[in-house]
Amino acid sequence: MIVLLGLLAGIALGLLLDPAVPLWLQPYLPIAIVAALDAVFGGVRARLEGVFDEKVFVVSFLSNAVIAALIVFLGDQLGVGSQLSTGVVVVLGIRIFSNAAAIRRRVFGA
Amino acid sequence: MSEPERTRPEDLRGWRVLADMLRPRSTPGQWVGALLCVVLGFAVVAQVRSTDRDSTFATARQDELVGILSDLGQRSERLRGDLRELERTREELVRDGEGAAAVEEARRRATVYGLLAGTLPAEGPGVELVAADPAGRLRAVHLLDALEELRDAGAEVVQIGDVRAGVGTHFVDAAGGIAADGRLLSAPYRFLAIGDPHTLTTALNIPGGVVRTLQGSGATVALSQRAKVTVRAVRSG
Repeated sequence: MIVLLGLLAGIALGLLLDPAVPLWLQPYLPIAIVAALDAVFGGVRARLEGVFDEKVFVVSFLSNAVIAALIVFLGDQLGVGSQLSTGVVVVLGIRIFSNAAAIRRRVFGA
Repeated sequence: MSEPERTRPEDLRGWRVLADMLRPRSTPGQWVGALLCVVLGFAVVAQVRSTDRDSTFATARQDELVGILSDLGQRSERLRGDLRELERTREELVRDGEGAAAVEEARRRATVYGLLAGTLPAEGPGVELVAADPAGRLRAVHLLDALEELRDAGAEVVQIGDVRAGVGTHFVDAAGGIAADGRLLSAPYRFLAIGDPHTLTTALNIPGGVVRTLQGSGATVALSQRAKVTVRAVRSG
């Protein structure tokens, strides 16, 4: 509940403050967001399965975002940034879908 | 410190587990998760906003940007060329607009075009070609050949009989002669052409040229250079 409120508070805060994404962060923020979304879905799934652990959630959230951004950064340095970020998005997308499928099975039993 | 959030196994079904999850709890873990979600929501909104603001370039990678930049460079180069051309035209117009130079130029052009179109009488050096046709074997095609040859050699104004030649001049075989632009001409056919006399004479006299062809058809040809040829016939409109 608090987590959901936090998400809403963050969105409201973003709408109110209307922040500009700093230039150096622009290539990495979208990927980091997708990675964080993956962590959130994983957390919800774990919660539904009764194996949720705050520490795991926090660490996976942060490390996912940082690693995703790092991979894109490395790809940029190697000159394959766009391909690598596509790859990261695909992998994270697959994970999000499988987590969403597990959540769906839990909630709807189908 | 509260005990770990463990739901009893029989609760792990359907909507009940969802409702259980949404029940407010206040554990440190929940607060940390909430904090992370604040950051996530904030980041999502910031990213969406910046994508809205600048959807073309914010997500573009370096090589895409280079492509876009070079496209822009080419386009601006093209536009700059257009600009130069337009400025030149404008300068010319401004210059022409000063005084009577423009009017003079326009008159000169009108005269030139009038001569070419055949709406003005003309006078100048040229040649006279007279083809007598005692055997009556000259056809429209021969006159057309002669006219084309004169034009090719640089004749600016041509008159055949009393017909001024223009771009639409045509020849038709008719009883008792040849009709040029619908007017009947009869032998001898007389061409008056204004142009460089020497060039015209050479062009008509080349082996296999117009004079030879006419002679081959049984005509007698008289070609003379003139310092002054007067063409009075005009075309209407």
